[in-house]
Amino acid sequence: MNNRIISKERLSENVWKMTVEAPHIAEERRAGQFVILQVDNNFGERIPLTIADADTAAGTITLVFQTVGATTRKLALKDVGDSIPDLLGPLGRPTHIEKVGRVVCVGGGIGAAPLYPIVQALKAAGNKVTVVLGARTAELLVFEKEMRASADSVIICTDDGSYGRKDVVTAPLKELCSAVPPPDQVIAIGPPVMMKFCCETTRPFGVPTVVSLNTIMIDGTGMCGGCRVTVGGETKFVCVDGPEFDGHKVDFDNMMKRMKAYRKYETQAAEKEAAHECNLLKMAKESERERNEKQK
Amino acid sequence: MKSRNEMDAEARCLLGELLAKDKLTARDRASIPQQEMPSQSAGERIGNTSEVALGYTPAMARLEAMRCLQCPSKPCVSGCPVAIDIPEFVKAIAEGRDADAIAIIKRRSLLPCVCGRVCPQEKQCMKNCTAGKIAGDPEKSVAIGRLERYVADLERESGRSVPPPVKPSTGKKVAVVGSGPASVTFAVDVRREGHDVTMFEAFHKPGGVLMYGIPEFRLPKSIVEKELDNLRAMGVEIRTDFVIGRSRPLKALLEKDGYSAVFIGSGAGLPKFMNIPGENFVGVFSANEYLTRANLMKAYDTDHADTPIYRAKRVAVLGGGNVAMDAARTALRLGAEKVFLVYRRTEAEMPARVEEVRHAREEGVEFLLLQNAVRILGDEQDVVTGMECVRYELGEPDESGRRRPVLIPGSEFVLDVDCVIVAIGNESNPLIAATTPEINVDKRGHIVVDEDNRTSMPHVYAGGDIVLGAATVILAMGEGRRAAAAVNRELAGA
Repeated sequence: MNNRIISKERLSENVWKMTVEAPHIAEERRAGQFVILQVDNNFGERIPLTIADADTAAGTITLVFQTVGATTRKLALKDVGDSIPDLLGPLGRPTHIEKVGRVVCVGGGIGAAPLYPIVQALKAAGNKVTVVLGARTAELLVFEKEMRASADSVIICTDDGSYGRKDVVTAPLKELCSAVPPPDQVIAIGPPVMMKFCCETTRPFGVPTVVSLNTIMIDGTGMCGGCRVTVGGETKFVCVDGPEFDGHKVDFDNMMKRMKAYRKYETQAAEKEAAHECNLLKMAKESERERNEKQK
Repeated sequence: MKSRNEMDAEARCLLGELLAKDKLTARDRASIPQQEMPSQSAGERIGNTSEVALGYTPAMARLEAMRCLQCPSKPCVSGCPVAIDIPEFVKAIAEGRDADAIAIIKRRSLLPCVCGRVCPQEKQCMKNCTAGKIAGDPEKSVAIGRLERYVADLERESGRSVPPPVKPSTGKKVAVVGSGPASVTFAVDVRREGHDVTMFEAFHKPGGVLMYGIPEFRLPKSIVEKELDNLRAMGVEIRTDFVIGRSRPLKALLEKDGYSAVFIGSGAGLPKFMNIPGENFVGVFSANEYLTRANLMKAYDTDHADTPIYRAKRVAVLGGGNVAMDAARTALRLGAEKVFLVYRRTEAEMPARVEEVRHAREEGVEFLLLQNAVRILGDEQDVVTGMECVRYELGEPDESGRRRPVLIPGSEFVLDVDCVIVAIGNESNPLIAATTPEINVDKRGHIVVDEDNRTSMPHVYAGGDIVLGAATVILAMGEGRRAAAAVNRELAGA
């Protein structure tokens, strides 16, 4: 069976890391690309997730996701050995990697996961890479160890000061941009509002800033247009023109409003699902208890 | 409108009289009235997603088939892109040999259930029909599509559907990119010759536009799935969740994976937008997105589907083609109270099939003709609150002979809508071209092919919307057939 889950790790309360058997995706993927997956072949939604890592020898890819909607909640209930029914990829244009000199990579929340292959590729191309990681609190910080192993330096920020600097990521970013000479490039991946303010921070310094967008998608191959964003006054499709764009040209305000288009329906669906989900969780807990008892 | 039972009773009565005669004269045949397609009533059908057209009864089908004059020159066949022997199969129905009829059709088409439903017969086979010429209206020709559907459904419902025979294996492998009508036709014709065929589909379900685009009420998805089962029964391997150009470069199929030839039938892509202000507001959709959510992702089934659909009360659809009609009628079924169809020219210029236009009107879609959108209005959350439109009047004929719409100055007005669906066609899909520089495309991104549907890359063929731009199911099938013939020749010679 394809798309088998090889390992599953809970990084924080709502964030999961899964390694999935997908040899052809592992072979073809480049930094910056994403997959679209579906947990139910008949009624499930199709959601895009950026690839966090891949191992061509083992034929696996790594996905990191936060449980926010119906699909990510169902995905988190899958166990090692289960399969993801539908997994399509790699999609999107790979990150343009070249030796530019000094690059600052900013990752907010689970944005650190898709940032990781980019950091690796930038290093491999001979760049000096500084990574800025931000999270609400220490517990939500992911990929710190991996980043420390790859980047030249790592700066950590938490909103509550529980780890690293008590700051938002734009504070160290501004300091780095104020240096003479400023960095040659900034790459920012995280929540839309973080990417927006990273772009506002780098704009006065004229530092080219790349962002990776994660909009609502259906097909992911340029057919539906659901993912469209306004970039430099033109309509672009994130799935085939992106996911990476010149952040200084992206209309983040419109994008954020578009991403909320279905929130109302999702809330209704979640409420409707609540009773049902309780049963699922009950079942999951019971099977876990049984397994534990067997092990004893 | 009469019920199916009433229509059937009338048909039986007339059929009895005609069968009592020794021989039917041409005059007898010409005097048989065209058998209407029994349908759900407009009021009933907008409350469900079931198929609108219910299909002929045996008596109606036989009577309709008797209208055929059996012209020796077979003008209908020349209008069919896959050259089905129409007079032969119609004659078989007229003589009560329904099983023979379907066998005749399947010599040329593997998708009769689909074509009988969605082909624009009035512009193809029925356009040249003598019975229609006598009546002075191609709509009054022998209802070839309805007859095709009748025999195809009989076979499908009997569960005795026989896949076409396959020659002994040649050991040669052929790859097909996409699984819509062009690809299916290609796959069948190449598989018949004994070549191994693998079909690659990007979505989680095969069928292409038949699955994601054409709505359930016009083409039930269970029928498409059944037709694809025939493909599998022939031994065609269908690989879903696989996008050539990304999951695997096209070149690797030929150079590393052992495929001798590749057919690209990846279909339309990149929906066109109007390029007017407000087009990226929340509540503005391409018809592709709206229909995909509704069909493939089953958004109409709110009890089961995870994919939500925008619930709108007042919907404007921009465009005048079949896709525009599909989107408008889908919006009604999803609970819209009012649906407007905004089109810049008049109904006569609409590219949609007459039947689709009639169905949309019957269901209450309001046509705003000689009007067009200039701006979409939204609130502070960028949610659609209205659409500013202008009016046109007909001016002098343009180079195509159609009277050109001319803007009426000062005619601006605001249409009160909360959702806008843009159905003005598609650009070409850029994925293959962007990842396969060996393949030449024209300035609009369509793949350039020769008369055998061969591309500029050796052993690579293309057909359907990726070559034609937005076209029809049957034209795509014709392309697939032509490419298959060329591939079969290439592989036989090699």
